[in-house]
Amino acid sequence: MNETKEIRLGYFAVLREQAGCDCEVFETTAQTPSELYSELQAKNGFSIDQDALRVAINGDFAEFDASLSKGDEVVFIPPVAGG
Amino acid sequence: MFSLSPEPIDVQKLRDGMILEDCGGFSVFEGWVRNLNEGKIVQKLTYEAYEELALLEAERIEKEAFELFPVKQIRSVHRVGTLEVSEVAVWIGVASVHRKESFGACRYVIDEIKKRVPIWKKEFFADGTEAWTRCDHCAGNHAHDH
Repeated sequence: MNETKEIRLGYFAVLREQAGCDCEVFETTAQTPSELYSELQAKNGFSIDQDALRVAINGDFAEFDASLSKGDEVVFIPPVAGG
Repeated sequence: MFSLSPEPIDVQKLRDGMILEDCGGFSVFEGWVRNLNEGKIVQKLTYEAYEELALLEAERIEKEAFELFPVKQIRSVHRVGTLEVSEVAVWIGVASVHRKESFGACRYVIDEIKKRVPIWKKEFFADGTEAWTRCDHCAGNHAHDH
């Protein structure tokens, strides 16, 4: 049994609208952003597939199979449209 | 140097702030809000940014541009907040000794900003609908050559 850890999530754009908030604290046993997104997608009803996203951990881009640590700040990044 | 601006971009002030006496070439790109997107009339749009990472990634892009193109100065600004049609959404200025490098660096910076920087755009259309660009169907992006 994996111990749960607290992850701080930041949401932007369409994920922010679908989550109904711009941030939340989430207790999870997820080891990676990939596992975490699966849980959040089920919880918040996110319509974006994981393979359309990037992810940032503690303010910089990260891999979906990176290890999550307690207190990490994770942001799932929908397709960007700047410029 | 890159910054996000909640206020309208003062293009004259940015340009004047980049004058260097040893530079003979200056290239500018301005991205304007267009009134049409995929056949729908745009009334206004909003830009939203993940600020911490947008600043970090845009500075990386400028650093790469300096490595690829021997230019003297790069300055770029992206709006956040609500914009009307024809407002300047993004401004990129590049000063170089000779003109050739400034074109290349300017194009590189805007192309990379569009691909990599965590900024999102929501368009509000005349028909009352609204949509996050590239997230309309939430999967399967189609490529545009702008």
